[in-house]
Amino acid sequence: MARLTLREAITDALREEMQRDDNVFIMGEEVADWGGTYAVTKGFLEEFGPRRVRDTPISEMVIAGAATGAAMAGLRPVAEFMTINFAFVAFDAIINHAAKVSYMFNGQFDCPVVFRAPGGGGKQLGATHSHTPDVIFAHFPGLKVVCPATPYDAKGLLKAAIRDNGPVLFIEAVPLYTSPKVRDEVPEGDYTVPIGVSDVKREGSDVTIITYGEGLHISLDAARQLEREGIEAEVVDLRTLQPLDMSVPLASFKKTFKAVVVEFGHQTYGIGAEIVARLQEEAFDYLDAPIKRVAQNDVPAPYSGLLEKAALPDADKVVAAVKEIL
Amino acid sequence: MEKETLLDWYRQMVLIRRFEERSDELYQLEGKIKGFLHLYIGQEAIAVGTIAARRPQDHLITAYRDHGHALAAGLEAKYVLAELMGKATGVTGGRGGSMHLASRDRHFWGGYGIVGAHLSLGVGLALAEKYRESEFAAICYFGDGATNIGYFHESLNMAGVWQLPILFVCENNKYGMGTAVDKASANPIISDKARAYCIPAKRIDGNNILEVYDETSAALAKIRAGEGPQFLEMMTYRYEGHSIGDRTRYRPEGELHQWRDEKDPIATLQKHLLTQMGISETELMAIQQDVEREMDEAVRFSNESPLPELDTLYNYIYPEA
Repeated sequence: MARLTLREAITDALREEMQRDDNVFIMGEEVADWGGTYAVTKGFLEEFGPRRVRDTPISEMVIAGAATGAAMAGLRPVAEFMTINFAFVAFDAIINHAAKVSYMFNGQFDCPVVFRAPGGGGKQLGATHSHTPDVIFAHFPGLKVVCPATPYDAKGLLKAAIRDNGPVLFIEAVPLYTSPKVRDEVPEGDYTVPIGVSDVKREGSDVTIITYGEGLHISLDAARQLEREGIEAEVVDLRTLQPLDMSVPLASFKKTFKAVVVEFGHQTYGIGAEIVARLQEEAFDYLDAPIKRVAQNDVPAPYSGLLEKAALPDADKVVAAVKEIL
Repeated sequence: MEKETLLDWYRQMVLIRRFEERSDELYQLEGKIKGFLHLYIGQEAIAVGTIAARRPQDHLITAYRDHGHALAAGLEAKYVLAELMGKATGVTGGRGGSMHLASRDRHFWGGYGIVGAHLSLGVGLALAEKYRESEFAAICYFGDGATNIGYFHESLNMAGVWQLPILFVCENNKYGMGTAVDKASANPIISDKARAYCIPAKRIDGNNILEVYDETSAALAKIRAGEGPQFLEMMTYRYEGHSIGDRTRYRPEGELHQWRDEKDPIATLQKHLLTQMGISETELMAIQQDVEREMDEAVRFSNESPLPELDTLYNYIYPEA
């Protein structure tokens, strides 16, 4: 067992899957010679060679489309978008093709493709490079959307994604990549974490905080602050946005009767909107207070650090939201 | 070319044409086909001639005007027609419809409804063969209109950079929906666009099945010899509108008649059979009657087939483990 960063856990999963199965290969911008713009695939070209680690032109449409076609023909491509912001250019290939071929052709074709997409804001990269657009990809049936928050989950979920026979969008929160406080014990050998299963990351009895990805870590920070004031928050990590496993958040909510949803995407039509709808539909009698949402303000990400930070969720905002409903 | 082979091609082309004509009637007169219906009448020599030149393991992928390719790939008319009528017995169980025919067994990866998008999938099919170091290729069909979208350029570029085993077949029928090729493409010579990506390209007569077959065979041989992607621009003409309901007011007076009277792909082959191959009118009539019986049976089968069960609605959203 080693203590790994999120990025190291992802690298390990990719390397182990490529060692295990010759059908697994990597394609994307700067994945080979450069070693990945976030250095996730550093050393892979030397280890696996140019057949299996393929630099592409800056062509997101054909990166996504060719990976989809190769997957239909039986390979297991891991296609990397340099950032999730560039996946917008490939939206048609992902949503209209990868996510449709199984259903539209009546189950004749599998499509075991993984799209890796680093995302998230807070790095002063400006409005076009700072999105957390996870929810728009999770809107469509046919595409699994996985958003790990811990190194342990990241390694196990990425292995599960690569072995899945359908398309998976694997969203990695860049701010977590090398963060020391996200470091985690990660087993060296093989294991998987099932896609579509939520997880309690901290137990508590007073309020349920439902979150995922980067939101997990500010929620855990908030829970520690609240603990000092005698408030015990339970923190639920969704881990997968599509298909959404509501059993864990519902069980927790039925215990605490109060909930806050935390996400880094924009608030309007966000993950929170879906979770709130599901909680009131399926557990109306347990509702003791309004369910609050903590999300990114509905503004394009400004460049200036102070402004950008003001628009993003943080632990203080989560604490304030919890206190409003207790 | 063997007489039997040519008669088989003739039969396939007549079947495609009659399939399209019967589909048109089932849509417009009987209301049994809904949604989009893009007919292939006038372009039959391309699907039949190219697919005759492939090996069974070579991949086929095309756009939404896909009935001809499906039939030429060996999908049975009755299952294709049942798909158009949304029946459970259709080739994709009534989930795909006219634009999304497919057969895994026939290596026919589908018709696709988003213009140009499937070129990128075709690149992926070819990539899989290159990755496995096989001798098989992908044949990717699209219209002239698709050559103006980003997918086309990204796909040709990647196929060129990676030297993938793919044959691009542009079926240039002069119109992308209702917009003439020279109004939509800064360079109306589509094969020039392939040359920009260093892909060998030829413009050929797409209504002459002998030429289509020979050029496809030559291009596939080059691909199998490791020469990378190839491109054929096949000149042809679509007799019907873009889809049902298009009255083709954008066409110049007489253009359709000229193509139909002078360049029809079935008449061209028929003339060759009668004058060069010693085939009699009677033999061709027998083939036409045989096709008519097959279509009668296809219509009967499709009419009598059940609709999909409601409890299948959620099947295959995700592939089964």
